[in-house]
Amino acid sequence: MKILVPISNVPDTTTKIAFGNGDTEFNTAGVQFIINPYDEWYALVRALELKEAGKAEKVTIIHVGLADSDATIRKGFALGADDGVRIDSEGPDAYFVAEQIAKYAKENGYDLIMTGKETINYNGSSVGAMIAGFMDLPLISLATKFDLEGNKATVEHDVDGGTQVVECELPLVVSCAKGMAEQRIPNMKGIMGARTKPLTVVAASAADKLTSIKSYTLSAGRTTCKMIDENSMDELVNLLHTEAKVI
Amino acid sequence: MILVYTEINKGKVKKASLEAVNYASKIAELTSSSVTAIAINADAAQLEEIGKAGAKKILSVKNDALAGLDSMLISAVVEQAAKAEGAKIIVFSFDITGKAVAPRLSARLKAGLVAGAVDYPVVNGTSLDVKKNVFSGKATAIYSINSDIKIISLLPNSFPVKLADNTATVADFAVDLGSVNSKIVVKEKKSTDVGGMVPLPEAELVVSAGRGMKGPENWGMIEELAKELKATTACSRPVADMHWRPHHEHVGQTGVAIRPNLYIAIGISGAIQHLAGVNGSKTIVVINSDKEAPFFKSADYGIVGDAFTIVPKLVEAVKKFKANQN
Ligand SMILES: Cc1cc2nc3c(=O)[nH]c(=O)nc-3n(C[C@H](O)[C@H](O)[C@H](O)COP(=O)(O)OP(=O)(O)OC[C@H]3O[C@@H](n4cnc5c(N)ncnc54)[C@H](O)[C@@H]3O)c2cc1C
Ligand SMILES: Nc1ncnc2c1ncn2[C@@H]1O[C@H](COP(=O)(O)O)[C@@H](O)[C@H]1O
Repeated sequence: MKILVPISNVPDTTTKIAFGNGDTEFNTAGVQFIINPYDEWYALVRALELKEAGKAEKVTIIHVGLADSDATIRKGFALGADDGVRIDSEGPDAYFVAEQIAKYAKENGYDLIMTGKETINYNGSSVGAMIAGFMDLPLISLATKFDLEGNKATVEHDVDGGTQVVECELPLVVSCAKGMAEQRIPNMKGIMGARTKPLTVVAASAADKLTSIKSYTLSAGRTTCKMIDENSMDELVNLLHTEAKVI
Repeated sequence: MILVYTEINKGKVKKASLEAVNYASKIAELTSSSVTAIAINADAAQLEEIGKAGAKKILSVKNDALAGLDSMLISAVVEQAAKAEGAKIIVFSFDITGKAVAPRLSARLKAGLVAGAVDYPVVNGTSLDVKKNVFSGKATAIYSINSDIKIISLLPNSFPVKLADNTATVADFAVDLGSVNSKIVVKEKKSTDVGGMVPLPEAELVVSAGRGMKGPENWGMIEELAKELKATTACSRPVADMHWRPHHEHVGQTGVAIRPNLYIAIGISGAIQHLAGVNGSKTIVVINSDKEAPFFKSADYGIVGDAFTIVPKLVEAVKKFKANQN
C-alpha cells in the first residue's frame, strides 16, 4: 500500500503580505516559503508514522506547481518522504490542481491520499474533496486520528458539534487536521538524504481552469484602539451596546 | 435556477443554512432567477423557516441513510437535484458539510467553485465575480467563475439572517443512492457541546483566553463572563496544546477560524497566527497586562491591566447592564 501526500507551497505564517502588478499578483520578493503546515505536521508526518509502523510501503509527495517549489518538496524529503512528483504547472485553481493529482493517483495505484485540511494562502479547503470527487472515492474530512489495520482505516474526525469515529476500507481520501501527529524536526541524516531522493517532474495534462483571480486587496487593519481604564468596565459594556452594537 | 443546500442540526435549521438561503435569494434577485432549497429529513416547522429565509420552492428529501451526513451521499442528492432542476448556481454554507460536499460536486459537475465567499457576487457577462478571504484573512481576492454551472459557499456570519413573510412550495424529492459507493461506517459519536453553548464557528459572541491565565484552574472567571454574555469560549493554541482547554476551542491559523460580532481576548498576546483566525471579528476587545502587547494594534477596545482583577469587574458590569435592560 502506497500513500500519496499532496503538499502545497505557501508563504511562512509570519509573512507580511503584499501584492504587485496592479494588485493582480502576490509579491513573492523576500518571502520564505514552507510546506503548508497542515500538510506537513499532520498529513505527511502521520503518513511517515504509518510507514514506520510497517503499515505502508512508501510515502510519495505530490505537488502541482513550478520549479521554485522544489526546495519545499525537498523539505518533505528531509522529514522522511521516499520520493516526490511535481506536476509542472502554475496553480492555483483548485479544480485544476485536484484533477492533476487524481489522474496521477489513479494511474500509479495509490490507495490512500492524505491532504491537509486547507492551505493557509488560498484557504479553499477544497482540493482533498475534489480529488475524492474525481476518483469517486469516500472522503473523511478534518481527521484528527488515523490508524490502519490491513485494508481498513479507523479515523476520528470533526463533525458539527463534536467528533465521530468511523471505519472505512481503502481506497480513501482523508483531509488532516490538528491531532493527527506531532510536528517533526528533520535530523541530519534526513537533511543529507533529501538531496538525492528522486523528484520526478511531469508535464500537466490538459485540464480546465474554471476560476481565476482578478485582483487582491489587503484587509484594512483596525485604525484606532480605544483605551479604557480598568476601573471603567461599565463604560466598556455601554460602548459595546451603543457604539459597537454587538451586545 | 439557484439551488441552495440546507441542513438541520439538533432539531433546528442551522443558522449558517438560513444565511445561505438569504444569500441565494439575493443572487436570484441579481440574476432574475428564483431559489430552490434542498432540505433533508426536515419537519413542517423547519420547512416553513427555510421558506421565510427566501426559498420559493423546497425539495424535501426523506431518507434515513442521509442522517450521518456522509459527503458522498449528500453530494449525490445535490447532484440529482441540480440536474432535475437545471441549476446554474449552487449555494452552500462554508461549514463542515459545505467544505466536504461543494468541492466534490464541483469535480462531478465541472462547476467552478469559490469556497468561503464573504460578499454578494457581481454579475459580469456570463461570469460571476466573487470576493473571498485569502492569506488567512490578511487579504481578500476577487475570483471570477467562468464555468457554465457555478458553485459558491458562503463563509458563516458574513451577513445577519433575515426572515420575511414568505411561503415556499414544498415538493417531495426522491433520491436514488443505489449507485453511491460509500463505505464509511460510523462507530461512535462524541459531542463537544457544553451547556447548550453555540458552537464556535457559528457563535456571535466569543470570550477567549490565553497563556496569561496562568493555568486551567483559573478559567472559572472566563466561563462566568461567557455565561453572562451567552458567549462561546475559545482559547489560544498553547492553551490547547498544554491541555488546559479542549482542542476544539483553539482558534487561529491552525485551529478554527471565526468571525463573531464580538471577540474578547484575555491574556492573549496577539501573535500573527492567532490573529489569522480571529481578525474577521466585527469588534475586538483586548485585555492584557502588557501595554505593548501586539494584540492592541488589532483591537477596537483595549484595557491594560491584570485580567485577574479586570475580568470579575467586567462580569459585574455585564450583570448590571443586563439588570438595567430588563
Ligand atoms: C505555524 C504556526 C501556527 C500557529 N497557529 C496558531 C493558532 O492557530 N492559534 C494560536 O493561538 N497560536 C498559533 N500559533 C502560536 C502563536 O505564534 C503564539 O505562540 C500563540 O498564539 C501565543 O499564545 P498566547 O497569546 O496565549 O500566549 P503568549 O504569547 O505567552 O501571551 C500571553 C499574554 O498574556 C499576557 N498576560 C500575562 N499575564 C497576564 C495577566 N495577569 N493579565 C492579562 N494579561 C496577561 C501577556 O502580556 C501576553 O501578552 C502558531 C504558531 C506557528 C509557528
Ligand atoms: N498546488 C498543490 N499541489 C499539491 N497539493 C495541493 C496543492 N494545493 C492544495 N493542495 C492540497 O490540498 C489541501 C487543501 O488545499 P485548499 O483546497 O487549497 O485549501 C492542502 O492542504 C494540500 O494538501
